[in-house]
Amino acid sequence: MESFQEIIFKLKHYWAQRGCIIQEPYDVEVGAGTMCPETFLRVLGPKPYRVAYVQPSRRPADGRYGDNPNRLYKHWQLQVILKPAPGDTIEQYLGSLEAIGINLRQHDLKFEEDNWESPTLGAWGIGWQVMLDGLEITQFTYFQQCGGMDLELVPAELTYGLERLAAFLQVRDSVYEVEWAKGFSYGDVRYLDELQYSVYNFEMADIPTLWKLFELYETEATRLLSLYDPKSTGKKRFPLVPAYDQVLKCSNLFNTLDSRGAISVTERVGVIQRVRRLAVGVAQAWVDQQQEASVEVAV
Amino acid sequence: MSVPFLLEIGTEEIPDWMIPPALESLQVLFEKAAIPHDAVRLDATPRRLVLRAEGLSERQKDSEERVLGPARSAPAQAVAGFARKHAVRPEDLTFESTPRGEYYVFIRKVKGRHTKDILADSLPAMILGIHFPKTMYWTGKGGAQFIRPLRWIVALLGNDIIPFELAGVRAGALSSGHRRLGSGEIAVTIADYEQRLRDHYVIVSAEERRNKIRRELEGVRVKPDPVLLETLVYLTEYPTPITGGFDRQFLDLPEEVLVTVMRHHQKYFSVEDASGRLAPEFVAVMNIPSDAEGFVRRGNERVLRARFNDARFFWETDQKKKLADRKSDLAHVTFQAKLGTYLEKTERMMALVGELGGDRQAVRAAELSKCDLTTELVKEFTELQGVVGGLYARVQGESEPVWQAIYDHYKPESMEDVIPRSRAGQFVALADKLDTLAGCFGVGLVPTGSRDPFALRRAAQGVVKIIVEGKLDLSLSKYLTDQTLAEFLAERIRYYFRDLRGFKYDEVNACMAAGSSNLADLEARLVRVRNLRSSPDFEPLAASFKRIRNILEQAKFTGVGRIDTGLLEAGPEQDLYEEYQSTTGQPIESVISRLRPKVDRFFDKVLVNAPDARIRQNRLTLLSALLREFSTIADFSEIVTTA
Repeated sequence: MESFQEIIFKLKHYWAQRGCIIQEPYDVEVGAGTMCPETFLRVLGPKPYRVAYVQPSRRPADGRYGDNPNRLYKHWQLQVILKPAPGDTIEQYLGSLEAIGINLRQHDLKFEEDNWESPTLGAWGIGWQVMLDGLEITQFTYFQQCGGMDLELVPAELTYGLERLAAFLQVRDSVYEVEWAKGFSYGDVRYLDELQYSVYNFEMADIPTLWKLFELYETEATRLLSLYDPKSTGKKRFPLVPAYDQVLKCSNLFNTLDSRGAISVTERVGVIQRVRRLAVGVAQAWVDQQQEASVEVAV
Repeated sequence: MSVPFLLEIGTEEIPDWMIPPALESLQVLFEKAAIPHDAVRLDATPRRLVLRAEGLSERQKDSEERVLGPARSAPAQAVAGFARKHAVRPEDLTFESTPRGEYYVFIRKVKGRHTKDILADSLPAMILGIHFPKTMYWTGKGGAQFIRPLRWIVALLGNDIIPFELAGVRAGALSSGHRRLGSGEIAVTIADYEQRLRDHYVIVSAEERRNKIRRELEGVRVKPDPVLLETLVYLTEYPTPITGGFDRQFLDLPEEVLVTVMRHHQKYFSVEDASGRLAPEFVAVMNIPSDAEGFVRRGNERVLRARFNDARFFWETDQKKKLADRKSDLAHVTFQAKLGTYLEKTERMMALVGELGGDRQAVRAAELSKCDLTTELVKEFTELQGVVGGLYARVQGESEPVWQAIYDHYKPESMEDVIPRSRAGQFVALADKLDTLAGCFGVGLVPTGSRDPFALRRAAQGVVKIIVEGKLDLSLSKYLTDQTLAEFLAERIRYYFRDLRGFKYDEVNACMAAGSSNLADLEARLVRVRNLRSSPDFEPLAASFKRIRNILEQAKFTGVGRIDTGLLEAGPEQDLYEEYQSTTGQPIESVISRLRPKVDRFFDKVLVNAPDARIRQNRLTLLSALLREFSTIADFSEIVTTA
């Protein structure tokens, strides 16, 4: 039986062998691996890129105090970006499942339509949820737009739900019973985290403070974006990646406020728009900055 | 020589529901190419769209093209020039007479093209022309667009490959088998195509996959679900059903919730026991031939157990707050940005239910109808809105008329669906739909073409169905203040009576022209007109009414004066007047046979357009009175007569 960490090792190794850079998790809170600069910014522009990384992904509203066997405040995604998507992307993906010990001749695999969309990132794609014996194990997306822009190269994004995959492989009814490493369960490692963040997100997070933080990060991102000058000769050194981190902070604070019940439905759309405007702003500036950079390299 | 044709478009997994319309689209495009052929057969799996045709010619027929040259009288120089242009001698030209005289004509012989070449030219556009609701790029921005990436193409005419390339894929004779049980490259011919694929675990025919599922389900009491069956037929290349079970304790949960989890979320059939009650079993359809080790069954059972546990958790959590206590929370749920919250909608619905004639219980149901939108169960299973509210209302002690009305108030959800079972439910459903329609049209959210994000067509259709089938005696016009909405609803009324109830379109037009505000009345009149139609006097009389209408229109007759009996001419005119007098107020059914000959004779013998203006006016007044008298059930001039 593969432990949780062995499954991760094997998947990383598999994708490394197929030309992927193996990145480590991004160090700012995100709701999904897609939001990391390694995906959000790298899929933009004409440069090919291949990367795989595990990303702990925070969804405050999904927290269940560690009580629910399948729902987590923070779950582990393995994110793979193949830009541009090779013609045999699906074959490679199936190979990765076999690499972690799933004999696909004995299991039922289906690709069910599921087009992914993130209004906050101005991003959407076409794809499937991959179902293994009735369990959704992966979201498979051909990105079409990001930051409100059509993508020049179409990347494939594979997002594995690692807890589900591990529970499947280890035949466990609860993710907390998954063996993380020999002698340690997922619950041993993560339970307290889940419990305490549920208490914080649902009961104790101070709403005025969160709003204040949101506005501070928003202001800082806005300030930076307003200073970016596409005509400047030194624009290559302009801190767009730090600006994007401020956007990620806003997004996580929005999600926390939402789980705290502090955002009415009417407000919701407006706040999503505010974050989206910043994300799209960074993406556009980034494309501009990259173009300049590639010209310099060419010279 | 006649040859068969095979086209297999190999793709990544196409969404199941898009496949049958895509095949229709492909067939239309193929027929448009106008390549003569015999039988056509279309098939598909999630990964391939297949068109096969018999009896194509290897070459199209030779044809002639006529090119008109100068007039016969033209100078020799011009004739020589024309001949030179077509590389012939002037004496090889022929003549053709036209209305404008004789002209030189060059007859060009066009050799029929090889069908293979025609197909090679037309197939790329034909494939990319297949209509899909949403397409994607995969080769990069500005590249080809299709529903999912194209991965291979088989294109054969007889034994020959039709040579073309599309989005980097070269057409050939290599197909692809089942993703894991078959080989990725299979050489095929037209003759062995189906068998070769079958050897590689792909059943090309949807019919065969459907039958395989049905056959292997014999003996299992599966709840019939043709829609789910179609989904599974187009989600698999080699379908095999397996039966799994779940713990009996979950049967405490409402059947609606269990079935929704199984059907919508897991695509399982539910199973009944001998007495028709839900059994603790399910049927999943795999995309492999067997589950010898039981891996697939156990996996699906585990997933279902987790899903049911979630549902139980939501059900129990939701009970902590009664529906009635959730009403104020609706102030935080937006119905539509311009139309306010669900609390506001609820209040409008309550008023409307009262206005429509609903009793206290109906108003109570309206008050609670939207409260389930704040429950965890509905947030998780949105398709159960209404149903969950009804179930909660029942366990929370609301009366039967109240909980049933909440339960039913989204009905009918399709034209086949039934209307709410009780009066209260019908009123709540009607108020909900009328409010949505009036609100959306009021702020300009009008459906256009296929875009109807608020499902207003369905709402309008529901209004019609509920009023007619619920036999509600109410006048619609007062709720249709908006002209666009009135026309929108008229279209749904027409559709309902014509396509669902089978009335002839001219009968529907005729009866609606006489009013469509009260649908019960409209339905009664439609039945009368349909019965009248079998009378031999009906169509001639309808034709006469049309004639009367034309005469009145041509004369721009607007008079409402009285008939001056002193001006009536003895004979047919006097007779018609007397007939009119004696039949006034009687139903048309009892007078039609007497009236018709009188009308016929009048038109036969009497000149409406009399030279004397007073007489003319009097005749027009008589005709107009007659038309008015018999147009209360329908405007018969709308009837299309065969004569």
